[in-house]
Amino acid sequence: MDAIILQILNGLDKGSAYALIALGLTLIFGTLGVVNFAHGALFMIGAFVAVTVQRFLGFSFEQIDPDKTDFLGNPLKVKVTYVESWFGPEVGGTIVDWSVPVAVLVAIPIMLLVGFVMERGLIKHFYKRPHADQILVTFGLAIVLQELIKYFYGANPIQTPAPSAFKGSFDFGVLVGFDPNAIIYPYWRLVYFAFAVVVLGAVFAFLRFTTFGMVVRAGMADRETVGLLGINIDKRFTIMFGIAAAVAGIAGVMYTPILSPNYHMGMDFLVLSFVVVVVGGMGSLPGAVAAGFLLGILQSFASMNEIKSLIPGIDQVIIYLVAIIILLTRPRGLLGRAGVMED
Amino acid sequence: MKILGLSAKDTRFLLIVIFLTLATPILLQPFPEGSGLATFNAGYPDLMQRFAIFGIFAIGFNILFGLTGYLSFGHAAFLGVGSYTVVWMYKLLDYNVVWGLPLAVITSGIFALLIGFVSLRRSGIYFSILTLAFAQMSYNLAYSVLTPITNGETGLQVYSSDSQVLLGASEPTTPHFFGIVMRDNFWQPNFGGWQFTFNNGYYFTAIIAIIVFYISLRIFRSPFGLMLRAIKTNQTRLNYTGINTRPYTLAAFVISGMYAGLAGGLMAAMDPLAGAERMQWTASGEVVLMVILGGAGTLMGPILGAGFIKYFENIFSKINDQILQGWFSWMPDWLSGLLIEISHFFVGKSWHLTLGLLFMLVVIFLPGGLVEAGQRIARLFKKKPPENGGKGSDHHPQPAPHVAE
Amino acid sequence: MGILEVKGVGKRFGGLQALSDVNLSVAENTVHAIIGPNGAGKSTLLNCFVGKLIPDTGSVMFNGESVLGRKPHEINQMGISRVFQTPEIFTDLTVMENVMISCFAHRDGAFRLHPFETVAHETDIIEQAEKMLLDVNMADKRNMHAASLSRGDKRRLEMAMCLAQEPRLLLLDEPTAGMARADTNNTIDLLKEIKEKRDITMAIIEHDMHVVFSLAERITVLAQGTPLVEDTPENIKGHPKVKEAYLGESV
Repeated sequence: MDAIILQILNGLDKGSAYALIALGLTLIFGTLGVVNFAHGALFMIGAFVAVTVQRFLGFSFEQIDPDKTDFLGNPLKVKVTYVESWFGPEVGGTIVDWSVPVAVLVAIPIMLLVGFVMERGLIKHFYKRPHADQILVTFGLAIVLQELIKYFYGANPIQTPAPSAFKGSFDFGVLVGFDPNAIIYPYWRLVYFAFAVVVLGAVFAFLRFTTFGMVVRAGMADRETVGLLGINIDKRFTIMFGIAAAVAGIAGVMYTPILSPNYHMGMDFLVLSFVVVVVGGMGSLPGAVAAGFLLGILQSFASMNEIKSLIPGIDQVIIYLVAIIILLTRPRGLLGRAGVMED
Repeated sequence: MKILGLSAKDTRFLLIVIFLTLATPILLQPFPEGSGLATFNAGYPDLMQRFAIFGIFAIGFNILFGLTGYLSFGHAAFLGVGSYTVVWMYKLLDYNVVWGLPLAVITSGIFALLIGFVSLRRSGIYFSILTLAFAQMSYNLAYSVLTPITNGETGLQVYSSDSQVLLGASEPTTPHFFGIVMRDNFWQPNFGGWQFTFNNGYYFTAIIAIIVFYISLRIFRSPFGLMLRAIKTNQTRLNYTGINTRPYTLAAFVISGMYAGLAGGLMAAMDPLAGAERMQWTASGEVVLMVILGGAGTLMGPILGAGFIKYFENIFSKINDQILQGWFSWMPDWLSGLLIEISHFFVGKSWHLTLGLLFMLVVIFLPGGLVEAGQRIARLFKKKPPENGGKGSDHHPQPAPHVAE
Repeated sequence: MGILEVKGVGKRFGGLQALSDVNLSVAENTVHAIIGPNGAGKSTLLNCFVGKLIPDTGSVMFNGESVLGRKPHEINQMGISRVFQTPEIFTDLTVMENVMISCFAHRDGAFRLHPFETVAHETDIIEQAEKMLLDVNMADKRNMHAASLSRGDKRRLEMAMCLAQEPRLLLLDEPTAGMARADTNNTIDLLKEIKEKRDITMAIIEHDMHVVFSLAERITVLAQGTPLVEDTPENIKGHPKVKEAYLGESV
């Protein structure tokens, strides 16, 4: 029992990331009818916003510390970050320590802007083109973005630690009545899951309870009719693209303590997220979220040693296997509509 | 003149391709050794072999994607299967490629039949995702459970402990074709600074490439090819015209899979190694790129695309600061410094960026690829209005004024 | 015994009974029209003939064989061709190639692997296709791109493609929908000509009464998913039940 709970927990953080990326993918597909292969790159850019923020907060200058001396008795120079010198060591130190959450705040406007620019500058011209063209041009864009990041940040993963308050693990098992040490779980993963739930909840609430969201949902169901009603659906869809980009971006920011960002993480996640979208049902938002968590958890189960010894290699292929089975038995995916993207 | 059941025009076309392929070691070596532009020479065996091999891969992929419009993101899997098969034949029998290559075509054909049978039950993006899923599964398995067959991350290679039952005493211990050693050069003349290399391996792959190009030419002109093009245009009408589209698409899928297997086998024939990275989805993406860049659905497109990408991969990644400084040395310092800085984005390790940009530009402005560009240029010179709506001539492309490998 | 025998066909979509207990017999070598107001179930019925839909109840027999459960291409190979409301043609191919595909389908069946034959060497197919194009007055457009044809020409081309298969039954789904009067008349003439030249049975679904009364020998009126009357055109004109179905009870 505790092993099962542990695997579910282990699947949550990956599942959260899949769900967040897949949500944006399917939102863009549902609203704009565009298959966006550059969506993984947005996740990656988000992660590198976190890296950049961390670097900015880490900028420092040398200062003579009157209290410290070297072994000759001369005053010692110490490095002090600008943030610390502006806000005092206490507050400044906390800000530096909390660089990842701070980066979320920075990432939202940046990603919205990236999203708007991408949609207005490129995607807009591909609404009427075949899906193959959309895939290809966004694939090209993904390569470009990836290479730019590689150019500026290098090819090696960059460590981006979580705030020290959330470093380390805790004994989740004890909280729910198991023996100590049965379920040890890192704090940050729980934070990530909670964060994902909040973001997903916010997006769904936004779509459900605002007029804007209502128009977007109506547009997803029947774009032409909504257009005929004299509503400027395009503008709203542009904003939706920005929101999808922002969701992917902050998902990337928060993921950095779990996986040190590297330039190809976007592509790695993109392939899996696409599988998630298809399993959930193209154009279905709840489907994408459900499939994201489902596949994340399945993957973590498949990597249990007991399962692996039973079916060797299952951990490597489980997601694809599930996708193949679902596509063949339920062509629309778990919660999809009929006839979407069959052309 | 008509040969081999081709029309006069196609015969001319084939002859041009044969000429360009056989003359590659000369054509790609236009600059004398030691000159500033020698960087742009591409007439060395390793690169020319890759032109031919990726040309074969792309020609095969074009039969599926170019004709039927089914976009597979998993063809690299067949490339890997072909490579593994050939290396296994080295290990079991001997280094003669004559055993491995036909078997590579057969095994990859069987793989393609299985994967195609399942994937072709769906169309559109779902087909793409299914093929992607299968390829990624193969890739992941090759790295993990299938290590006894694939030798995991190390890659499959021949060890002295391997049985090699057919290996004779005087037989070469690198890949060869009845004694013709692939990596050997049969002629390396030097004409007043111009250095040419005529390599066994290149001519071996080049002749195979010509044969498979001829086969694809025949397929394009056959009723089968016509049906495949009809599938791309309107499957509904085809169904209501009494045609069962599934076996047609499956046949195209298997044929293109066999081409991929042959290409993979040839890779192992040039260099007796096989690694799982050949099966990764980025490798599948690369062949899509080649076909699109060259011009999907045209005969010449895939060859042009493969040559273009492989050429620039090589040349662009070779250009370094020293070479750049050499080029810009006549400029004022500040300008050459600036230009070198800008160039950094595009050359050396960053050449993928150039590729990505180029790819976007092609999809945006030139959906017909390089072949279309060539036709547009040719039309400019002829000053003749486009024939019957332009697009129809895609299937009877003019050899574009490019180096055609 | 007609060439197409429909018995007790019913089809339900969720809460909507689209067809119920449809009985219909199309006699060989006649033109049979199926008319009815919007939503009467005409298109649903036609889709049951060609394998796109499978009815919940009843049977559809063509030439003594059931078509139910067969795929569209199998039904086509039995001898049923279909013309769509908006012409379905191969827009990327030339006019000639469009017709040749039909000729190949007629000669070679649903699938034949012939990768090493050459289209240009198939003289009998080319001849046949050219003859077909002459029949519909499109021989001069043979090398044109199908996408660049006018709507009327697209309709002709589609007709030529269907006839190239020498079907025994030609189904026409509103062949003049959205056409100008002149084009409509041209289509009527074309269909009359086709009928004169060969033995063929046609079933037409049509809105336009002008078309129906110019062509049909028998008419079935469908209303709310069930046949109201079946009779000759003369008797259908002025039939009280028909008026009621079209114009409501006030008439």
